[in-house]
Amino acid sequence: MEHAERELQWVAWMRAATAGDEPAYRQLLESLAEHLRRTVRYRVARMGQGDLEVEDIVQETLLAIHLKRHTWRSGEPVSPWVAAISRNKTIDVLRRRGRRCESPLDEADDADLTVRDAAEEGTGQDLERVLGALDERARRIVQLVSIEGHSSRTAAQKVGMSEGALRVALHRSLKTLAARWRDGGQ
Amino acid sequence: MKTGELVDLLARDTTRHAAPGSTLLRALVPAGVVSAIVMLWWIGLRPDLAAALHTPRFDVKLLLNIALWFAATGLVLRLSRPVDHPGIWPAVLWVVPCALLVGVILELFIVPRGQWWSVAHGTNSTWCLRLIPALALAPLVATLWMLRRAAPARPALAGAAAGLMCSGLAGTLYALHCPDDSPLFVGIWYVLAAAIVTLAGALCGARLLRW
Repeated sequence: MEHAERELQWVAWMRAATAGDEPAYRQLLESLAEHLRRTVRYRVARMGQGDLEVEDIVQETLLAIHLKRHTWRSGEPVSPWVAAISRNKTIDVLRRRGRRCESPLDEADDADLTVRDAAEEGTGQDLERVLGALDERARRIVQLVSIEGHSSRTAAQKVGMSEGALRVALHRSLKTLAARWRDGGQ
Repeated sequence: MKTGELVDLLARDTTRHAAPGSTLLRALVPAGVVSAIVMLWWIGLRPDLAAALHTPRFDVKLLLNIALWFAATGLVLRLSRPVDHPGIWPAVLWVVPCALLVGVILELFIVPRGQWWSVAHGTNSTWCLRLIPALALAPLVATLWMLRRAAPARPALAGAAAGLMCSGLAGTLYALHCPDDSPLFVGIWYVLAAAIVTLAGALCGARLLRW
């Protein structure tokens, strides 16, 4: 019952967001973040990968959901769509971490190595690190809009761009972040 | 960065792409026009096209290519989304090789055994292998671009479906030039050409369509 209610709420928010309702979209993302945190934590623990940064996977998944939101078809349920993106991203992150510590000499111990290396790595790839892929102005825009909480209009005034140009730059930055994240951070 | 800050950032980004279906249409129309221009100006229609339209072999050849094109388009659109249910499309797609097989078997009964090879070889088999991939090139680039914007759960498979779709499109155009209509010819050379384009699509897909 709880799932059904949540699904209805998500669909309502998703529809509103498609129509340009920013507060509804924000509520949807917050709810999805909470949901993802729970499922990713569970999934990662079950795979015996408890040392991985759950929050990093949550954030990368949220970014993917955002950039791919046009692939959700109005009239379809939101949960399976979110689950598919989340699964894809979790596998992606685990594979990436595995690859980073792959030893060409000793392939048999791959699974052990993955766990050990992840433990040593601590925080792992995070958003701060991929932000380094952006040029200075793009990074400033991201900072103004996220951490300092400016609207796109006031952020545009701060960096001396038109609001339209800022929107384009912001979207492009998010795509760059996603690509850099996927390719392994640095 | 805190997740709450990321949510603020994402909520401010109002740029939203069109759904995969309309993006595909927008990409495929100009690419198809490019292929059609190449077809009409450089390759040319067969001179007896009007008469050929009344022969069953030509019609079957054309229809098989159109069917491949449409069934693979359905599959591409399904595979462009993260929720990966190909639905009825693989079954629809199977109709094409099955129909071709029936055509080949019938043709083997109609054509005397001694002429099988010359009919299968036709008059311009190597052109078929070169021109279908050439005509498929622009549509394949357009389709892969569309798939990059979308979110295919299985990149290589989505790329392969794109290749199949574009070989159907290219085969439809090329059929208007190609003077060889026998199912024996189609069953070898069109199929080989489609395999080349599909393989290219799968290889590109595996590299380009991760997200």
